[in-house]
Amino acid sequence: MEKSAVFNRSKLLPYALLAPQLIITFVFFYWPASQAVLQSFKREDAFGLVSEFVGLENYQALFAQPEYYKAMLVTLVFSTLVAGLSLSIALLFASQADKNLKAAQAYKTFMIWPYAVAPAVAGVLWFFIFHPSLGTLARPLRGLGLDWNPLLNGNHAMTLVVMSAVWKQIAYNFLFFLAGLQSIPKSVIEAGAIDGAGPMRRFWTIIFPLLSPTTFFLLVVNIVYVFFDTFGIIDAVTGGGPAGATTTMVYKVYADGRLGGDLGGSAAQSVVLMVIVVALTAVQFKYVERKVQY
Amino acid sequence: MMLRHFGLATTLATTLALATPAHAVTELQWWHAMTGANNDVVNKLAADFNASQSDYKVTPSFKGGYADTMNAGIAAFRAGNAPHIMQVFEVGTATMMSATGAIKPVYQLMKDAGEPFDPKAYLPTITGYYSTSKGDMLSFPFNSSSTVMWINKDELKKAGIADIPKTWPEVFAAAKKLKASGHETCGFSNAWASWVHIEQFSAWHNVAIGTKANGLDGFDTELKFNSPLHVKHLQNLIDLQKDKTYDYAGRANAGEARFGSGECAIFLTSSGYYGTAKGTAKFDFTSAPMPYYPDVAGAPQNSIIGGASLWVMGGKKPEEYKGVAKFFAFLSDTNRQAKLHQESGYLPITKAAYEKTKADGFYEKNPILQTPLKELTNKEPTENSRGLRFGNMVQMRELWAEEIEAALAGKKTAQEALDAAVSRGNAMLRTFEKTAK
Repeated sequence: MEKSAVFNRSKLLPYALLAPQLIITFVFFYWPASQAVLQSFKREDAFGLVSEFVGLENYQALFAQPEYYKAMLVTLVFSTLVAGLSLSIALLFASQADKNLKAAQAYKTFMIWPYAVAPAVAGVLWFFIFHPSLGTLARPLRGLGLDWNPLLNGNHAMTLVVMSAVWKQIAYNFLFFLAGLQSIPKSVIEAGAIDGAGPMRRFWTIIFPLLSPTTFFLLVVNIVYVFFDTFGIIDAVTGGGPAGATTTMVYKVYADGRLGGDLGGSAAQSVVLMVIVVALTAVQFKYVERKVQY
Repeated sequence: MMLRHFGLATTLATTLALATPAHAVTELQWWHAMTGANNDVVNKLAADFNASQSDYKVTPSFKGGYADTMNAGIAAFRAGNAPHIMQVFEVGTATMMSATGAIKPVYQLMKDAGEPFDPKAYLPTITGYYSTSKGDMLSFPFNSSSTVMWINKDELKKAGIADIPKTWPEVFAAAKKLKASGHETCGFSNAWASWVHIEQFSAWHNVAIGTKANGLDGFDTELKFNSPLHVKHLQNLIDLQKDKTYDYAGRANAGEARFGSGECAIFLTSSGYYGTAKGTAKFDFTSAPMPYYPDVAGAPQNSIIGGASLWVMGGKKPEEYKGVAKFFAFLSDTNRQAKLHQESGYLPITKAAYEKTKADGFYEKNPILQTPLKELTNKEPTENSRGLRFGNMVQMRELWAEEIEAALAGKKTAQEALDAAVSRGNAMLRTFEKTAK
């Protein structure tokens, strides 16, 4: 059955109804994005006093930097870890919270709280908890004989930013997974149980496939999150260091543009980042979505 | 009838308003980045100035950290509503001065306003940082500091160190003793890695950070801090990092807490740390001049300043500039400068204020506050110690710290790290040179 609405009165009405959404998309996406593309072909001082068209020079300079490829690699590691961990941990928590628990409501509420914490605040929090000499958790770690030092050890610093970013994102993922789990009809699961499937088997053959629309949605949202929204955390926890070990692509955009005042180079990086994320999302919709069962 | 009276009243009111333009208060916006006790200092200065006359009103507003304030000012300028006065930290100097038209140089401002202004009345090591190579003052120094070595006297005594170390080899030896006496995680450390180990280190040893008098004489400067002396110093730090005789404490100043907590008994950071140290350290502490290598001829030279200055933004009305000039004259007053210095710990910016504080016998009771002044005025500044001016310096400091971190983590040798810092920095300078033309 075809779903369609017919507007007989006015040809303008559908456009008028669409307008608010279109205007928002235009103002908050197309317009700034086009400005970024334009800016990436220019060289400008911080004050905008001198501006000249330099063609692809910003892009050439960008791809000649070994640091840029390093940032790409860091981004790959960071995004895989953050998306993977925050999704799987949130799913674990949600499947546990979905059971009949005492004080389930309180448990759920506590789980959601971290999402309300601003990224910079979350970052500062983790920075202090794990600061090698000031941190409340760093001291016991050092006591155990681990030479914990995120100020110099790149892997430690990466662990720290991944933990902070995951901690914040779990709440969001948890909420969606829980809603997804609650919408799965109990009868299906009970039928599986009657047929003799154990809890693990029920989870992987019934619940997980039925949850796939939620999982797919979260995958897309999480990728966007790690690519764009994590620079606040990185800035507060490590400032991209040590030695660039936690400088992701979006952090580099921020560092070069805001700290360095190199708006052209920074814009070129944003464009590259935008292309990558658009491509990633397209790939997800084309290939991953096929496996999703609505 | 009523209507006519109303009309008359309006006319009268308008005439009155027009007749008294001299009493209209001109408002001057002052954006700054001062927090805590220093924020109170800013507010008090503005309030005192406003009370001292009735033509101008200075309105201070806090805009976040140094980099945030600068970015806010730049964004406001692009949007056409920049403040009159903006506090910019020392590393933003090159960016500000290259923005011809966006700023009003202070010497020009004072001349136009006809305010008495003698650039020689100011301490040269401070104003040199903010002046052109011809000596024209571009911005007005506000809060200045320098790197000093903070010493936990109690812990040094416990470790059996009789004298405060003066040279780097003495610091290394003292740090080893401290480590042996229980400071296992930190013999000595520092905040602001690039500022301390590259910028101040170079000036103190009279070696170049870059050509063209560290960039003061032109934007076509090239970095030079991969000299054998720099490599030797970084190599020493690398060796000592291995067993934490030296322990790196991060790029900015969060590591200062390691001194306050007693973990690190020797700590190099800004003299502006005084206020915090006074509030947090539960032990007897003092400050000493930065250490030097005794085998370097002429060392120690003089240190350079850190801190911030006040920039006047361009495109404002003449009467507003007049008010800003009056405000700067107000700030330069000897008694006010001396009081500001003694209460806040900022360096005095005029020679007269320094002499007055000395004459008052203030330093006998507070030797800590004189350490940075002794360093700054240790010798007549040279090409290498007058100051520095590199474009994109805000990010450049981060980049240098990155390379220092790579070396301390054992990923690069001292030479490789400094070579990379120099070549990456030079690339950044060339980009800046193109936009600063």
